[in-house]
Amino acid sequence: GQGPLNQEAVLEIEALLLQADVGVEATDEIISRLQNKLREETLPPDQAIAYLKSILRDMLDRPGGQAYDPLFMPEKDRLNIWLITGVNGAGKTTTIGKLAHISQKSGYRTLIAAADTFRAAAVEQVKVWGQRSGTEAIANPGKNTDPAAVVFDAIAAAQSRNTELLLVDTAGRLQNKKNLMEELSKIRRIIDKKAPEAHVESLLVLDATLGQNGLRQAEVFSQAAKLSGVVLTKLDGTAKGGVALAVVQQLGLPIRFIGAGEGIEDLRPFSSYEFVEALISG
Amino acid sequence: MFDALADRLESAWKKLRGQDKISEANIKEALREVRRALLEADANLQVVKEFVSEVEKKALGAEVIAGVRPDQQFIKIVHDELVEVMGEANVPLAHADTAPTIVLMAGLQGTGKTTASAKLALHLRKLERSCMLVATDVYRPAAIDQLLALGQQINIPVFEMGSDADPVEIARQGVERARAEGVDTVIIDTAGRLQIDQDMMAELARIKETVQPNETLLVVDAMTGQEAATLTRTFHDQIGITGAILTKMDGDSRGGAALSVRQISGQPIKFIGVGEKVEALQPFYPDRMASRILGM
Ligand SMILES: Nc1nc2c(ncn2[C@@H]2O[C@H](COP(=O)(O)OP(=O)(O)OP(=O)(O)O)[C@@H](O)[C@H]2O)c(=O)[nH]1
Ligand SMILES: Nc1nc2c(ncn2[C@@H]2O[C@H](COP(=O)(O)OP(=O)(O)OP(=O)(O)O)[C@@H](O)[C@H]2O)c(=O)[nH]1
Ligand SMILES: [K+]
Ligand SMILES: [Mg+2]
Ligand SMILES: [Mg+2]
Repeated sequence: GQGPLNQEAVLEIEALLLQADVGVEATDEIISRLQNKLREETLPPDQAIAYLKSILRDMLDRPGGQAYDPLFMPEKDRLNIWLITGVNGAGKTTTIGKLAHISQKSGYRTLIAAADTFRAAAVEQVKVWGQRSGTEAIANPGKNTDPAAVVFDAIAAAQSRNTELLLVDTAGRLQNKKNLMEELSKIRRIIDKKAPEAHVESLLVLDATLGQNGLRQAEVFSQAAKLSGVVLTKLDGTAKGGVALAVVQQLGLPIRFIGAGEGIEDLRPFSSYEFVEALISG
Repeated sequence: MFDALADRLESAWKKLRGQDKISEANIKEALREVRRALLEADANLQVVKEFVSEVEKKALGAEVIAGVRPDQQFIKIVHDELVEVMGEANVPLAHADTAPTIVLMAGLQGTGKTTASAKLALHLRKLERSCMLVATDVYRPAAIDQLLALGQQINIPVFEMGSDADPVEIARQGVERARAEGVDTVIIDTAGRLQIDQDMMAELARIKETVQPNETLLVVDAMTGQEAATLTRTFHDQIGITGAILTKMDGDSRGGAALSVRQISGQPIKFIGVGEKVEALQPFYPDRMASRILGM
């Protein structure tokens, strides 16, 4: 560190960011932005921290350098389809349960597509969430059926019932599995083709305990499912989810919700302020 | 994104060609690259610091080997140190003198405990050890159904008492049943829990106290970041683990979590999960893991 921050301060900020899973590259970049600012004007330590926070908030508020509409909800009186994707165990099905609950409470006609036809008892799990939130789940009783067929059936049901929000649960898949990612692309294509009138959101569920692999996940899922946003789960733990910073910046994807528990109410809209405060408070 | 460590060291050493010995002056940049590579592989910052200073010590004390370039020698020192930290040889699962061997599974939410329970049962049966699975996750929707379905797939009995029973009581009765039926190994699946959730950690401690397991395995997702260190420390301090299973190794994560788990608990990683299917379990080999972490 050659710059106005002394070596000790740089090391401290660097440790903070690295321990929050921000990653080496993003951490270097953040610190050099901070150094540049301090070169222009000298700031006392507390103001330097405030400036660091503002750099981080800015990264989150302008995904890929672009402003975006922070309001995020289904459009009334038309079909919205939210495709929920991610690696194994990230929290997709739980997030579907929580979203169905908010959606019902907000008065949207809601439906779930139980398109994880692979994992043991995945359909039973999402059906329990359906019961808890008072939402019907469309499933195929057969085992190992084609998930795209379930999505097709669910869209047909949604169209005939004037559903406003169709939540699509998908099986967990690691992004380096070519065939599984192709299966996801196929689901996405079915949605676009079968429901051209719908407003589609494609969300990647990222576990806050993830390390640097999260970035790779976002890259590959983005290709396969045309992602439009991120849900960051398990923020009720001590993990900070810092890799989401790199995901937001490099892929231009806004974080839409955070999961902070296993209960049905434990989903909140994303706030860059809260996220950054938690990240920096150590 | 991840350059192999060897490539990076190559450039760090390029300027030093012609120098035939590892010295404090020429090692600096190389150590920085090791640190960077380990952090990018998600090894914990604190663990990396200790590791790098150990490597520095060993490298400076290393004898010059005729005909071996110092960069190659340095890489070998790093690799060997990683293997040593991760425990040299593969450590098999405990086998109690009197049946049943009791295995308790523990870990954060979604790491792969339930799947690993079934995988382990199948693995043991191949070694002609009969098994029983015990379903104590009364919290996650359909967790019991999941274990039942897996048990059915591999034809292993599952003990369950529904989701209204107390997990401690389910574990106790499950082990009792296994003992009565002369089962060789009983594997207790538990609910996922955060290490800061005191009620849930106390429940796990009670299960352990009640059944006195021969193995308590921490199930850790290979994609875990810095948190791997914190969670391992807390599970080990509060519950006491005897080993770990690293799951989702079929992905493209570098798995630096392995280093943290081993370094902090001192307990061996015994198995890796390499897929969603019940057959996808393999023994853990420290040297393979070292190469993976270093991107070699
Ligand atoms: N603490 C905590 N746990 C969560 C949160 N979201 C989900 N979980 C838990 O994480 C585990 C996995 O959640 P699921 O919703 O089944 O994850 P998934 O992505 O659908 O998993 P697969 O379908 O198997 O890929 C469950 O035990 C959930 O209760 C969260 O925000 N906080
Ligand atoms: N690709 C891959 N997926 C795995 C592996 N092990 C588990 N999974 C998947 O990870 C997800 C979570 O696995 P579970 O066994 O339900 O995890 P758990 O720890 O029991 O989850 P909770 O009970 O909710 O805490 C499922 O989708 C599994 O199929 C593995 O080694 N590789
Ligand atoms: K947190
Ligand atoms: Mg699911
Ligand atoms: Mg489980």
